[in-house]
Formats: sequence, structure tokens, C-alpha cells
Amino acid sequence: MTAVEAIDAAATAPARSVPRNGWLVVAAKEFADHILSVRFFVLLIVLGLAAGIPLFLATERIHQLASQVSGAQAVFLALFIIGPQDVSIFGLDVSVQGFIGLAAPLLGIAFAFDAVNGERAQGTLPRLVAQPIHRDDVINGKFVASLAAITLVLLSVVLLIAGFGLLRLGIVPEWSEVLRLVVWFVVTVLYVALWLAFGMLLSVVIHRAATAALVGFGVWMGIAMFGRFLLTLLLGAIAPVTDSTAVERALGLYQLHAFVLRLLPTTLYSEASTVLLNPSLVGAPNSTPATLGQLAQAQQQIPTLLSLDQSLLLVWPHVVALVALTVICFAIGYIQFMRQEVRA
Amino acid sequence: MSAAAEPPIVAAGLTKRYGSLVAVDSLDLELRRGEIFGLLGQNGAGKTTTILMLLGLTEPTGGTARVLGLDPARDALRVKRQVGYLPDSVGFYGDLTGRQNLRYTARLNGLRGRDAEARIEEALGQVGLTHRGDDQAGTYSRGMLQRLGIADALIKDPEILILDEPTAAIDPIGVVEILQLLRDLVHERGVTVLLSSHLLTQVQSVCDRVGIFAAGRLIGLGTVPQLAAKFGNDTGQVEVTFEGEQAAGAAKRIKPVLEGIAGVERVDPATSPGEPWRLEVRPASAGRAVREAVLAAAARDGLGLTAIRSTEASLDDIYRAALRQAGLHRQAEATEPEGAVA
Repeated sequence: MTAVEAIDAAATAPARSVPRNGWLVVAAKEFADHILSVRFFVLLIVLGLAAGIPLFLATERIHQLASQVSGAQAVFLALFIIGPQDVSIFGLDVSVQGFIGLAAPLLGIAFAFDAVNGERAQGTLPRLVAQPIHRDDVINGKFVASLAAITLVLLSVVLLIAGFGLLRLGIVPEWSEVLRLVVWFVVTVLYVALWLAFGMLLSVVIHRAATAALVGFGVWMGIAMFGRFLLTLLLGAIAPVTDSTAVERALGLYQLHAFVLRLLPTTLYSEASTVLLNPSLVGAPNSTPATLGQLAQAQQQIPTLLSLDQSLLLVWPHVVALVALTVICFAIGYIQFMRQEVRA
Repeated sequence: MSAAAEPPIVAAGLTKRYGSLVAVDSLDLELRRGEIFGLLGQNGAGKTTTILMLLGLTEPTGGTARVLGLDPARDALRVKRQVGYLPDSVGFYGDLTGRQNLRYTARLNGLRGRDAEARIEEALGQVGLTHRGDDQAGTYSRGMLQRLGIADALIKDPEILILDEPTAAIDPIGVVEILQLLRDLVHERGVTVLLSSHLLTQVQSVCDRVGIFAAGRLIGLGTVPQLAAKFGNDTGQVEVTFEGEQAAGAAKRIKPVLEGIAGVERVDPATSPGEPWRLEVRPASAGRAVREAVLAAAARDGLGLTAIRSTEASLDDIYRAALRQAGLHRQAEATEPEGAVA
């Protein structure tokens, strides 16, 4: 074929189609990378151990509990919320739920801290964005793939625990318990998504993957371990509650404290998680009654189990706050990524 | 409007500013279908920025670009579907094989299954990597990565190939192969090639036309002979070599003799004994007369002449001449914007 013929052929060739779901292609590749990556297996093992050990230690207590409360309600969920006595890590309760709450941010950051800066370092980013996909397909695809991989890890751990409960302890869940577990799982995934979005933001803003990882884990440790402590200290200094404080005022201050503490995603998640998995809780663990009347009411209440919809009502604001934080993190990272130059 | 009639790449007043820095300054450029166009300039001259604007990867501050009749800033996807791009210092996923890397690109271009595999095989074959296609890209040498990058750009069967420093990290034999490959592509498929480079002599042989880029401005445009005529100021070059042992002591004696010959504009002494002296001759047509005069003088004064020849202006020389001229222009213009602001 001569050059002229080739030119004619090219001119008459039909316009080439552009792939419509660029993010899906990116997500599929990233998901495959994650599943086969070393970090996936390491995290799977760590999380499995982290959930398995407290469960193993707690078996004894669950047996006791199950026999004490004949016809006990929500024993299945006890698998997730009861930890071994006399054992604590970092001063935290080591129930399965507590541990997953602790590990979720780790997962989120571990799967996202090198998402964009890794591509930059490898020199693949210019090549990737020169393909016929939108630039945001890159970041969206990566987010979805990481979330899917983490969901897979979490799901396998939760199913393992549930299976363990069914087989080893012979606990059969009721439908309402299964529903609670599903809702709790969804909230946990949302919580992971928040840290994933945060990790993604770091990977966009910080050009060195190692630095991004350090900053990410630093923030996680800061919030998980010292956040509550620091905020309490701060509140004590700004709005102290002493014995001489009038009761009405004290209640108001308590509410303020609860509100400020809920600015921490860890508080949001642990409250939501506890309420969802523990139907005997009638209020968010840190919530304080607004009036003396409510306080009196609460004290006179007969301990009962909350129905799922009531629990949902309690945690709805928490869920909304978690989603809002996720959206904020993701949006900042997204905008930064769209505005960044392709060149390093 | 037929697609064949329109030039594949047109830039009109294309400008990109980063704050006060002007990376590309009102670039006017038109590529012809099926040509190899070389964008030449030092690092930081604005070549890569121009390429990114043509691909819609960065938005121009001013002016317009049309690629295959489309505006890359608005129709980026359709432009990127038809334009193969090899970035400067291209990278691949090290834990994937070369073939897997290409497969990813194929998917991103909407190619799947047998179509994609056939395209991948063809592209690997064209760059001579078929036998290494199943090795991890992390084990590739820099030159192999560069070739894989070209294969990657070919996957989408592009109308236009934009290559940023395609020969930068490749050994001399590889360079010849790659330039041959580009020539074949233009011949067989009618691809239009835009390549940027700072290695001028390498590119000289393959480019139909070149544009000389300095400080964001296109200071020269045309074929190499055209540019030589424009920036050479009608000068020719003669290289004269003298016997090494004599040249060391005789340099002082040789220089006035050469300078005394009619038509010799400038004399660059040998950098070391045994190396040629370079004579700049004006007008270029006086080259023959100068050579004969050098011969006569050498015989008369016993200078120990060993070699004499006329050389063509190389792209390096043209580039330097163009820069020298543009340097004067730039100084004149540098004061302008400030005056305009005030």
C-alpha cells in the first residue's frame, strides 16, 4: 500500500469509538493488582488474626452468657461485641467489633496511600491519562477497586466469625440479628471508605508514597489513640464541669462535650457500631439526656432490646456525618487531582 | 469538510503561562499529513508543554489547537483515541509483563479479545520485543521500556504519533532501528509523526521538517536545508587538518595564514593537535576557492596539511545560529510586557 492509499483509507475509516466506562477498566486492573498483591495477603492475615484471637478467647465467656440467659436474645451478635476479660490492647477493648474499628482505618490508608503518587513515581501517569478516558476515571476507578478489595477482606473475616459461631458454638442467628450485622457491615464499609478517601487525598497531595503512608498512619494513630484524650483535655480547660456547676448547665456542657467528641470519625464509628451490634443500648453510648425529665425517664427504663429501626434512628446522624466526611475528603483529593499538572 | 484535506495538527497563537513564566509563547504551527515533524529545543524550551496542550492534558492559556479537526481541550477523548503518545521518560507497571501492560492500554482504548491480542502482537513485533513480551516490565532496560512505549502508542492504531524524546535513552543502534520504524510507519500507514528531541543530529536524518524551539517560541521552521539557508547567513564550512606534532607549535603560524584567505569569515582553531580547524566561509559558494587557497598556502608555507573538506551545516550549527539570533530578539522583547503592564 502506498502512502497515498493509506491516507485515503485513514480518511474514510469510520470514527473510532471511545470506551464509555473508562473507570471500570481502571477499577478492574487495580482490583486484580490488589487481590494479587502482597499487601492484600498481609492485611488479610493480620485482620484474620486480629479478629480470630479475641474471638477464641471470648468463646468461654459467650458459653457462660448463653447458658445464663436462657432464651437469650442477640447472643449471636455477642460474638462480635464481647472480648476476653483482662486482656486489652492499647487500653482498648479487644472485641471483634473493637478490633475491626481499629483496623478499618489501617486498611483504608494501606490501600490508597500510593494510588496516585505511585503512578507518578513509576512514570505511568502521563501514559494513563493520555488514553481516551476522563482524568477522573483514574481516581474513581482506583477508589472503587480499593473499596471492593477491602470489602472482600472484611466480608471474609465477618463470615469466618459468623461461621465459627454457627459451627463451634452452635449459635443460630435470628433474622433481626442478621439484619443488624448487615447494617453494621455497611456502616463499617462506609467508615473504611472515609479512610480510603483520606488516603487517596494524601496520595494526590503528597508526591512521595512513603511520606503519604507515614502521614496517613500518623493521623490514624493520633485520632485513634490520642484524639479522644486530647479533646477531653481541651474541653476540660475550655468548658470545665465541676461539682459546683449547676445541673442544667452541666447537662448543656456534657452535650457540648459529646458533640465535640463526635467530630472524630473514630467516635462516630464506634458509637454507631456499638449501637448497631448491641440492641440493649437505648441511647448512643455517649449521649446525654437533654433535660432532667429525660434523665429520670432513662433511669426508670426497664432494660429491653431495641428494635432495628430504633437503633437505626439512633445511628442515622452518625452515618450521615461519616458519609459527609468521606465526601469532603474525596472531593478535595478529586479537585486537586484534576488541577494538577500531568508532569511531575 | 473532508478529514484528509485538513492538516492533522494546527496550532494558532497557542500560549501557556505558569504564573509569570511563559512556557509556550503564541505558537503557530501546521503539520502536514504523513510527515515526520521534529520539534527541537533544549530541555525546558516548551516542547513537552506544547505536546500536552495538543493532547488536551493541559489547557492552553491562550490561542487554539486543532488536532484532526478537533479541539483537544473540549474533545479530549476523541483526540486521545486517535493520537498515540509516548511521554518523556515513559514508565510501565513493573510487576506486569510487557504484554499485560499493553493489554491494559488496549482495554482503555476499548479494544478487547482477539482484536486487542492481534494489535499487541503486531506492535511488539514492530518494536522488536516479541521474545520479551512475557517478561515483567520491571526487568526491562531503559531502551526496551522506550520501545515498549512506542508499541504502547501504536496499540490504538493512531492517525498521529506524538513522541516526546523518543531516542533519549536508547543506544545508537536502537536509535537507527527506531527511526527506521518511524519511517516505515509513515510509509505504510500514512501516520503523521510529531517528535520532540534535544538530540539534534539523530533527528536530522528522519525529519521531513523541523521546528526550532527556544524559550517557548518557535524561532525557526522548515526543512533542514531551508533552515541552513536562513540561519547560516549564506555561510559554508571548511575543515582543515594539519599534522599533529607540527600543529602544536605552529598554531600561531597557521592562524594568520588562514585568516588571510579571501572569503574566510572566521577561524576556529583546532581544539587539540590533530583535530580539524573550522573555517566559516562567506558566501557559501566561495568554498571551492577557499579550499584551493588553503592548499596553495599550505604548499607555500609548509604547514603539513593532512586533510581538507567542505562540511554541510549540521542541525547543531543551525540550532546554535538560530539561538544566537533569537537571543537578540528576546532581549528586545523582554522589556515589552513590563511596559505594557505599566
